[in-house]
Amino acid sequence: MALLEVNDLSTSFRTDDGVVKAVSGVSFKLDRGETLGVVGESGSGKSVTFLTVMGLVDKRNSIIAGSVNFDGHELVGAKASQLREIRGRRIGMIFQDPMTSLNPVKRIGWQLQEAVLLHNDVTKAEARKRAIDLLKEVEIPRADQRIDDYPHQFSGGMRQRVMIAMALINNPEIVIADEPTTALDVTTQAQILKLMRRLQDQHHMAIIMITHDLGVVAELSNDVLVMYGGKVVEQANVDDLFANAEMPYTWGLLGSLPRPNTNVERLDQIPGQPPSLLRPPPGCAFNPRCEYVMDVCRRELPELTQSAHGEGHFFRCHLDDATRTRIWQSKKAALSEEAA
Amino acid sequence: MSASEPLLKVENLQKYFPVTRGLILQKEVGQVKAVDGVNFEVAPGETLGVVGESGCGKSTMARCVARLLEPTAGTITFGGRDITHLSRTQMREVRRDMMMVFQDPYASLNARKRVGSIVSEPLDVHNIGTEDERKRRVQELLEIVGLNPEHYNRFPHEFSGGQRQRIGIARALAVNPKLIICDEPVSALDVSVQAQILNLLKDLQKEFGLTYVFIAHDLNVVRHISDRVIVMYLGQVVEYGKSDQMYREPKHPYTGALLSAVPVADPKLGRTRRQIVLTGDVPSPLNPPTACRFHPRCPRFHDGVCNVDEPQLNPIGSDGHLAACHYPLERWPMDEQEMRSTVAVGAAE
Repeated sequence: MALLEVNDLSTSFRTDDGVVKAVSGVSFKLDRGETLGVVGESGSGKSVTFLTVMGLVDKRNSIIAGSVNFDGHELVGAKASQLREIRGRRIGMIFQDPMTSLNPVKRIGWQLQEAVLLHNDVTKAEARKRAIDLLKEVEIPRADQRIDDYPHQFSGGMRQRVMIAMALINNPEIVIADEPTTALDVTTQAQILKLMRRLQDQHHMAIIMITHDLGVVAELSNDVLVMYGGKVVEQANVDDLFANAEMPYTWGLLGSLPRPNTNVERLDQIPGQPPSLLRPPPGCAFNPRCEYVMDVCRRELPELTQSAHGEGHFFRCHLDDATRTRIWQSKKAALSEEAA
Repeated sequence: MSASEPLLKVENLQKYFPVTRGLILQKEVGQVKAVDGVNFEVAPGETLGVVGESGCGKSTMARCVARLLEPTAGTITFGGRDITHLSRTQMREVRRDMMMVFQDPYASLNARKRVGSIVSEPLDVHNIGTEDERKRRVQELLEIVGLNPEHYNRFPHEFSGGQRQRIGIARALAVNPKLIICDEPVSALDVSVQAQILNLLKDLQKEFGLTYVFIAHDLNVVRHISDRVIVMYLGQVVEYGKSDQMYREPKHPYTGALLSAVPVADPKLGRTRRQIVLTGDVPSPLNPPTACRFHPRCPRFHDGVCNVDEPQLNPIGSDGHLAACHYPLERWPMDEQEMRSTVAVGAAE
């Protein structure tokens, strides 16, 4: 059985203007030691999906349906005390902005020790030792001295390392990383990704990598979920996705990326804006921006269909197989042509 | 001004920020050399890309060129005219031809003004046209950048990040400038929106013959949009060249490391490619390393040379490709081991 199994998960928020369906019908599985990449634009529901998984969505103004099964425990509707047991200990989380997710008036060491003391029956000295060990592990130089520094004394990359140390301090089985490298320079990003890969090998943990950068996904993931308008529009093994993308939105994402070895004059842009989740367009949520839109796309939501290319490859699109293959082959040729 | 003359020429630009101690006497105890001797030229209609990590001085350099900061030393020639020491009133005239687009579309638009008055502000400042003409011009500009002219009366918060960046671009275009300095214009945007903005900038360049100085930390973005690129490290230019050439055959190890750090959107290629991961952060510009400033992080570091002798920006290869390195890369791609082993051979000699 998979370590984390999410089935038909939906999250809606009640607002003054009506109900916002932020996530609808998301399903996926994650095994130990695997990495799941989740891509999509801002507002596609990728962050909310995993806040719901962690039970971090405010219950008072939200409606949650579906199931989240973590190692035999059902997390949807679980008691707050039960969730606290799992969160921070068996599931760790790395947030995007290390500037705002660290407490600026507490020392780094205090913040790390707090996570240890909360979940383990240890003395303060033991917790401190564990904190120093972790800082060493995430390659902070002079960890035994730097532990008494405040967050503002660290650079952006070092703060992100502290966030990683904090997520890992109780040896979690899953780490959920929400855009962990978006605010960083490419060089620092390369350091952080290398560090995460090494730690994953050592601790055999599963990683969920939420990002809008397909490059990061390609480097780190085994499986990929592409989200749009709160729904999964394509999911596949990483090699399969980049080789045989089936959905026009995925094509758009791949095409809009400037590449190092190509010389295109214009990028293949996706026109328009992501849809409002308050009043999503009828049918396929992508239809107003899709260049291959047909009448049926405006009426009916396409089902998540099995692709001919791979076992776990699913997508939502009304285009018939022959047309899709023809369009993708020409797009793919255009993407890799200049690389030769 | 003849066509061959550069539109913008920057010579030996320096910007030092004083570090002071004490409340009253403000004794100067040191200097942050944010920009330390930068030279470059931009021809009309060309795009110059500037890349480097945070803290390398790229934004400070841009602000000095636009005279938003007073340069400590150096000369800035714009359209054949030395603008380094112009007064504020004289500068106002120059600024009609030189506009800026900023990084954060959330912070660079006044939240309490309507889009119409934000975009028409340059027209107001320079006293161009009557009120009616200005309004028509603003609506025209909104259309040019792909926004609905009817949104004239809306506030910035009603727009998404990409749309706000379009408003920023419309504002920069208002007075028909010759040069637009873009300081990380797409860094805060999603890839799909980023592609829209990059395409828009390219279209505008073709249509209005604009010249860009384009600052970014994303190398793929810079390569996509630029004709020439300068790579900066700790306030200095370490490599300068045509963008195709520099990306195909980087000469400075720092450029190589930057290039190899960019994630590749191709899982197969990503697994097999050779990567150089630099250790540590950019050192403090308050107390930069001696000689070659990159030497503490450089895989090709050569004791007794790199930490003693400062490398000059010298021509390497053809076509005006410059690099400041004692041991420029012979080929590309290389991995860390190969880079090191080459140094070992050099040391044995």
